[in-house]
Amino acid sequence: MSLVLSETAAFLQDQTQRFAREKTPTSHFRSVRDSENPECFDREIWKQMADQGLSGILIPEEFGGSNFGLSGIGVVLQELGRTLTPSPLFATGVIGASFLTKIGTDSQKQKYLPEIANGNLTTCFAFEEGPRHKPIISKVTAEKKGKNYIINGKKSFVVDGGFADLIIIAAKTSKGPSLFLADKNSKGIDINIAKMVDSRNSANITFSDLEISPENILGEIDQAQDTIEEILDISRAALAAEMLGGALEAFEITINYLKEREQFGVKIGSFQALQHRAANMFTELELCKSCVLESLSCFDEKSNDIPRIVSLAKAKIGETFHLISNEGVQMHGGVGVTDEYDIGLYLKRARVAEQIFGNSEFHRNRYAELTGY
Amino acid sequence: MTDLTLFREETRDWLETNCPPEMKKPMTPHGMTWGGRNCKFSHPDQELWLKRLGEKGWTAPTWPKEYGGGGLSYDENKILAEEMTNLGTRMPLASFGLWMLGPALLEYASEEQKMEHIPKIIKGEIRWCQGYSEPGSGSDLASLKTKAIEDGDNFIVNGQKVWTSYANECDMIFTLVRTGPQEPKHDGISFLLIDMDQAGVETKPIKLISGASPFCETFFTDAVVPKKNLVHKLNKGWDVAKNLLQHERKMLASMGLGGSKAASKGKTGSGLATLSKKYVEVKDEKIIDEGLRQKIAKCDMNSHAFSLTLKRVSEEAKNSNNGPSAATSIFKLYGSEHNKQKYEIMLEAMGSQALGWEGGEFGPEELAITREWLRTKANSIEGGTSEVQLNVISKRVLDLPQ
Repeated sequence: MSLVLSETAAFLQDQTQRFAREKTPTSHFRSVRDSENPECFDREIWKQMADQGLSGILIPEEFGGSNFGLSGIGVVLQELGRTLTPSPLFATGVIGASFLTKIGTDSQKQKYLPEIANGNLTTCFAFEEGPRHKPIISKVTAEKKGKNYIINGKKSFVVDGGFADLIIIAAKTSKGPSLFLADKNSKGIDINIAKMVDSRNSANITFSDLEISPENILGEIDQAQDTIEEILDISRAALAAEMLGGALEAFEITINYLKEREQFGVKIGSFQALQHRAANMFTELELCKSCVLESLSCFDEKSNDIPRIVSLAKAKIGETFHLISNEGVQMHGGVGVTDEYDIGLYLKRARVAEQIFGNSEFHRNRYAELTGY
Repeated sequence: MTDLTLFREETRDWLETNCPPEMKKPMTPHGMTWGGRNCKFSHPDQELWLKRLGEKGWTAPTWPKEYGGGGLSYDENKILAEEMTNLGTRMPLASFGLWMLGPALLEYASEEQKMEHIPKIIKGEIRWCQGYSEPGSGSDLASLKTKAIEDGDNFIVNGQKVWTSYANECDMIFTLVRTGPQEPKHDGISFLLIDMDQAGVETKPIKLISGASPFCETFFTDAVVPKKNLVHKLNKGWDVAKNLLQHERKMLASMGLGGSKAASKGKTGSGLATLSKKYVEVKDEKIIDEGLRQKIAKCDMNSHAFSLTLKRVSEEAKNSNNGPSAATSIFKLYGSEHNKQKYEIMLEAMGSQALGWEGGEFGPEELAITREWLRTKANSIEGGTSEVQLNVISKRVLDLPQ
């Protein structure tokens, strides 16, 4: 398994790094946040990202994508994570694109995938049903009525749910979970934006007798569990890459501060109490880099150990991003808790990103189960 | 068929034919071969295995053939390691000569010195120990005081080393000595190869909290060392000393390859969990104590992450000529801290059965774990304490101010 970037991935990383530094430094995140734009992202920037091919990395070429795989989108998300770039890339370019590519019918693929690739269509995945991640659907139900299905119940913490055009809904049918597609403007959908601490878009969505016609069933009825698990793992690996980017940046910001800030007439970075903690953070980051690279490449190389490797990556980067963002704030001293300095923004993003599709504790538990204890 | 595929097949055939049956069984506590003039084998297959691999140069697979090494490329060496892991063959030889001295000699020694010492390391004929630390020079190694004074064709060495691993069983000692008492401390040190079979060299084992005595004090009293045993230039021994450390880390990286394979192979299970299950309540194969279970998972995941990092760094090293990457600096720190952690968890799981000192109320494995738990406490002290490693990372890698 390759732990070194391919040429394609290195190219994508370079391209995205330039894009993020020029177009979406953290000042971009701040301006979106402060504009009170309820979508929490900039459509013009998203269009430019799509024009660079970023929205189509996981989409087959016949539908307008580049099919560069998880390793490709991972490095992109990592670079965007460094500058906290808000965009639909995760919920649309990773989750939506993966679901439709994996189990969409030909006509669903024709209809949606090219639109995702060109940046015109956004998606979200209505999955969670409570405040903590649980990969089993139990509360939102879909009942058969003639050829159609009727969906009722409430979903929470839907990433990008406040604006996404197309909602992918996981609901319980008679013998297991099933997946459905719904336009956000359909009758029976009530979207409430949940304003999150990291200023990204999230929503609680209530379905009241939402009626789904057969062409909007995604995959086989009752048979969605395996697909859901697979797409959750893809999403977790992608998110771990974004988190790695955030952690690397927060670390570098902090190290630079240690080299600049003076107290007692010396740079505070000369204090051993801070040096050793910084060295520990560096060590944890090096481990995270390996886990994230492995979790991205294990899909492209079709490993038989994907769930365990993904849980390893998500748990390790979850712990480490907290460690670094918390230590970062502390080492900045008073300015660390001001809005003016960026370090606090990473602290907030770390918490939300860790919670998406399972926090570190969840993934340690899953790792233990998969290893047999 | 590519050359590497062919090499893999030939290697597998050779290993299957030549590895004696006993050497395909898991390592036993006394089953390690350390070589040397007084080498004792606990099973004749150990001797056979060492002889066969040593003749092929495969105890040092990547070292040049002209000195008896295997002459393998990076990829061939990786294949050899993988095939040995697949077949479950034991490591033929544990040796500070292989892990530390040899690579430094290849870089710094004269042609004559290489011809003299390297083949004997490869075949396990000479067992080496490391004379670095002194009673007053631990973390501040460069303050060392053991003196070597020129006397005709010889150096006369006086002083004391400490923490010399297995010195009482070794044949030769590579030693840092002070040859320039007036020079700044790093510039007055030389690297000498000293034969321990002489009256001027005495060793005295140190009894540790584990009850074992893997370390010694080594005393030099007018020990005689021929000048041909000076490696590199006079007063330039610190270069060799540092280089030797680097090779130690690189070797650690390549040794990690086997482990990472096992870890990434999937449902191979967890050694920690298997052990714990003998002592704690289990339901449906699951450890009920959630606190312990999470600790084990965290530890297993750290092992997994560490193996992947060893593998990543060795791949990066292959793809660049920049030498060891910044990440190598974390190996010593992380490896030793992690190992200590692992034994703490074992003790926690085993309860009072891990607290025995000797006697029939405890199994041999249990007693060994207790002793090893005590032994691990030295991991983060020997070869540079964890605090020294943290200093190295903050100064050399992160470039934090002095």
